[in-house]
Amino acid sequence: MNSSFLQFSSITKKIWMAFLGLFLMIFLVVHLGINLCLLRDDGGVWFNAAAHFMGTNYIVKVFEIVLFGGFIIHILLGIILQVQNWMARPVRYLVSNKTDTPFLSKYMIYTGGIVLIFLIIHFMNFYFIKLGWVSNPNFIEGEPNFYIIAQELFAQPVYSMLYVILFIVLGFHLNQAFQAAWQTLGINHPQYNSCIQWFGTVYAIVVPLGFIIIPIYFLLIR
Amino acid sequence: MKLTLKIWRQKDAKSTGKFVTYSIDNISPNCSFLEMLDILNEQLIAKNEEPVVFDHDCREGICGMCSLYINGRPHGPDDAVTACQLHMRKFKDGDTIVIEPWRAKPFPVIKDLMVDRSAFDKIIQEGGYISVNTGGAAEANNILVGKENSELAMDAASCIGCGACVAACKNASAMLFVSAKVSQFALLPQGQIEAKQRVMRMVKKMDELGFGNCTNTYACEAECPKLISRSNIARMNREFMCAKVI
Ligand code: SF4
Ligand code: FES
Repeated sequence: MNSSFLQFSSITKKIWMAFLGLFLMIFLVVHLGINLCLLRDDGGVWFNAAAHFMGTNYIVKVFEIVLFGGFIIHILLGIILQVQNWMARPVRYLVSNKTDTPFLSKYMIYTGGIVLIFLIIHFMNFYFIKLGWVSNPNFIEGEPNFYIIAQELFAQPVYSMLYVILFIVLGFHLNQAFQAAWQTLGINHPQYNSCIQWFGTVYAIVVPLGFIIIPIYFLLIR
Repeated sequence: MKLTLKIWRQKDAKSTGKFVTYSIDNISPNCSFLEMLDILNEQLIAKNEEPVVFDHDCREGICGMCSLYINGRPHGPDDAVTACQLHMRKFKDGDTIVIEPWRAKPFPVIKDLMVDRSAFDKIIQEGGYISVNTGGAAEANNILVGKENSELAMDAASCIGCGACVAACKNASAMLFVSAKVSQFALLPQGQIEAKQRVMRMVKKMDELGFGNCTNTYACEAECPKLISRSNIARMNREFMCAKVI
């Protein structure tokens, strides 16, 4: 697979990267919608119902495959592009570059890497339990009780703190990524640029903030 | 002005180079950066030492030959100028100035600060032209060109092929240069006939030569002495997508 990946031109790889990135951003909103159910003081009825729906609905299951494919390709392409980029400058400068560039735009591979580490932990905590790869004592009617699992995780201050930091990092990743994706897809016009920039920044603040509220709510209010 | 210069010295393409430090005094702030290097070289020649080799030609910002990475910025600390248009008044008395060659795999060092930029020529050979049969000159007004497009094409055509975009980019990507060369034709009717092959072949060559991939940091645009806009990169991406899909 890798060799055929490598044969794609730089622009083809980037277009896929951008396209999948935007797709993942849509998914993130859906995920946030489900997570916000945790804020309801109903003993997890809504949250578990949403988790149950996501786990059993056939349309969702098809999308799940697309989603995982999207994640994997986005990550693989990111790594391939980055390795090629490192190879493109075998002798480095003595004085590191002083050019003015958008904040953290040079560090997408690192912000992306941090998000990837979290993603693995997140899978171990939730998705692998659902698949039965990781055991967990919290079950209701044969299904893992994700509400209790989430509650237990957020009760750990260290986990909650890392969770908050992660979403701040993700916010920076998305702020750069959103406008970059449109530029890569060829959408750059004075008429839309400020709108794209504005929407990307608002998204990069609002969505991570939505996720961040949850551990804070569990730690401070519950 | 009294300055300390830390300059990359490399005997030839095969040798491993190193930085050598020079002191230079009595430099006028009105001196251009290259004149300052000329003065240094005169002093080196007088001492029977090898002068520092650096590329230059027009010395007025139009040929794109000068190519110095000065204190962490291609063409130095001024905006929208080439190294030959840079003046010493942009520095302070007593400054240390580090001068490096462009660093990119497709731009190997030939000697000292001079790099081989023929990779750009190879990209141009893949499609940076239009084919016109010889014969009587046609009436110019037979092909109408909109004002906006003609302006944008001229803007793109002002790229002097200096390579500062590659030098500035953390990925050594040539996207700004290639996109300017694709755009200057894509915007005009004369460029339409070969448009599809042009963008596909030029991008393929760019990849083959080992330039990096664009990661949208826009360092290229920030350092381009001709202010080539990144909108050209978006245009090239569009051209590329259309050429592939349609
Ligand atoms: S795009 Fe700008 S920086 Fe790049 S080669 Fe052309 S003039 Fe030089
Ligand atoms: S020497 Fe011609 S642009 Fe600098």
